[in-house]
Amino acid sequence: MKTERIVWIIILVIAGAFLLYRASTGQLGRVYVEGTLNDFVVDYSDPDNPGGTVGKHDARVLTVDEASEEGVAIPEVGQPNRYQWWSYKEQSAKEFWQETGVIAVEPESGADPDAANSAAGEGAESAAGTGAASTPAAAAVPQMEYKLSIGRTAGLWAAALFTLAIFSFLYRDNPFYKTAESIVVGVSAAYWMVVGFWTVIIPNLVGRLLPAMVKGWSMPGIEPDFEWTYLFPLILGIMLLMRLSPKGSWISRWPLAFIIGTTAGFRMITFIHADFLSQIRNGIKPLYVPQYTDAGQVAASATFWASLENVLLLIGVLSCLVYFFFSIEHKGIVGKTAKLGIWFLMVTFGAAFGYTVMGRIALLAIRLEFLFDDWLWLIDPKDLHTLTSAATGGG
Amino acid sequence: MKRTIPLLITAIGGFVLVFAYFSPYTEDWGEKTMIWFDVIAAIAFVLGGGNLLKIHLKKTSDQAEGWGYSVITLLAFGITLLVGLLKIGVNPSPQFPHFAWSGEYRENGSPFWWLYEFAFKPLTATMFSMLAFYIASAAFRAFRAKNLEAILLLGTAFIILLGRTFAGVWLTDWMPEALSGLKIDNLTVYIMKVFVTTGNRAIMIGIALGIASMSLKVLLGVDRSYLGSGQE
Repeated sequence: MKTERIVWIIILVIAGAFLLYRASTGQLGRVYVEGTLNDFVVDYSDPDNPGGTVGKHDARVLTVDEASEEGVAIPEVGQPNRYQWWSYKEQSAKEFWQETGVIAVEPESGADPDAANSAAGEGAESAAGTGAASTPAAAAVPQMEYKLSIGRTAGLWAAALFTLAIFSFLYRDNPFYKTAESIVVGVSAAYWMVVGFWTVIIPNLVGRLLPAMVKGWSMPGIEPDFEWTYLFPLILGIMLLMRLSPKGSWISRWPLAFIIGTTAGFRMITFIHADFLSQIRNGIKPLYVPQYTDAGQVAASATFWASLENVLLLIGVLSCLVYFFFSIEHKGIVGKTAKLGIWFLMVTFGAAFGYTVMGRIALLAIRLEFLFDDWLWLIDPKDLHTLTSAATGGG
Repeated sequence: MKRTIPLLITAIGGFVLVFAYFSPYTEDWGEKTMIWFDVIAAIAFVLGGGNLLKIHLKKTSDQAEGWGYSVITLLAFGITLLVGLLKIGVNPSPQFPHFAWSGEYRENGSPFWWLYEFAFKPLTATMFSMLAFYIASAAFRAFRAKNLEAILLLGTAFIILLGRTFAGVWLTDWMPEALSGLKIDNLTVYIMKVFVTTGNRAIMIGIALGIASMSLKVLLGVDRSYLGSGQE
């Protein structure tokens, strides 16, 4: 067996043992959620016509509490016109432990610590026997539940393994990286298709051509009118799909021409307006910028530096533009000015390079923080999942 | 027919947007054209998906080298598409609980959201973050301070990188008030405010002029390269 392989096996075994140890102590990536019960009653009765009913779009949607206050009949759960589901949002481990009474609630400044801790104890009691804590369902107080989310915890682990799979490319190309790469290609292609479908095609195309259908199906709140002109983008869109056919690919030139034409028209206007004109407007500044002292006198040093800034801006822009002007040979005074322009541009590129490196390193730091904080719970900069410090009130 | 009509479509689509900007009477036309553009762009995503399917299905059926990864791509594509388009696991909107499809397609906790949050986001973010290593490696091999231009580029990058870190600020913290302009954090701000602004301004003016002239060439039919060779 090659030495390299032995080293990798040892590393993987140590990593596996470490993960098992962390998992056995319960100190490893888990996601907890706070659930809120949505409980609605749809009232079809017509207020203007006792005994009559209204259509689906005119029906009133009431929470169970509102329905009970107004005396509207509340059907049993699972029966028609009663809609009930849980919505979950993520909460930190520390919040979960506080809600379920595992650790004491940290009193807010000015709050009574005994009151806070007794509330945590009540939460723990209601959690007993169910594995989840539910606050007493008082009137008008939303029903809550706190639990470990299996789906999100699996997601966290999947995200961590995907991150490691991508990082494995730093060693060399390998099946883990290729698998992760294949997944990202498939998921991203489908993701953008779904986003385009629900945010553009349904509201802007189907919603204009078949408004009644969309209103009765996925967007009950919209009020669009039928607009026949939207048949054009539909036809152009179908023509675009002909690109997939080997013989009919020339048909896709029409929609492609539309895309290119509108992009050219739109870009021409926006770039002239937002870049060309606004940059020239911002570049026209006074070269002498007097700065005054509190006594109202001109401060020589401050004036010099403020004026120098504007002079440098003007010289810099002009010299860079001379460098970009290739219709004249860069010789003599033009050549010297262009050379100065190059120096300014080199400083710009250096700064751009510095910022790009910083941006990537920040992204890398975020990924490492995800691995060590969210997944492995080895660090806890926000004090969200360290049981010992949380139990002692963060101390 | 194959070339004249596309040229006309390009010119009409583009000039409608140009005129819409100058005349309040044609403002609606411009808005409508942009919505049409968005619709066709969304359909282009379908084209992209179709192309992906075509390539990977062929690779799988031919059992070409690495076809197993094509199967993974197809599975990832199919599952994401299915859960996203069918809004699987999405609850109705609280405003319209009696309309089963009224919920947000990216609802927190739904399978589509799961795939975005735990597959798409970490995978793409990690891929971008890996560029930190490659930029560093490329810079190490390519950057040599052998002339004034290279020294300016390297020096500026060094100052910018150092000036945005705690160490950089700490290194020049001892400087007296009279020389505060030379403190590395102040130097970074000055470089960004003056030198980078000049370079970026000239580049932006150049780009704007280039795009305007290129757009005019396309709209007037002078540049027809986007129509291809015409042999297909």
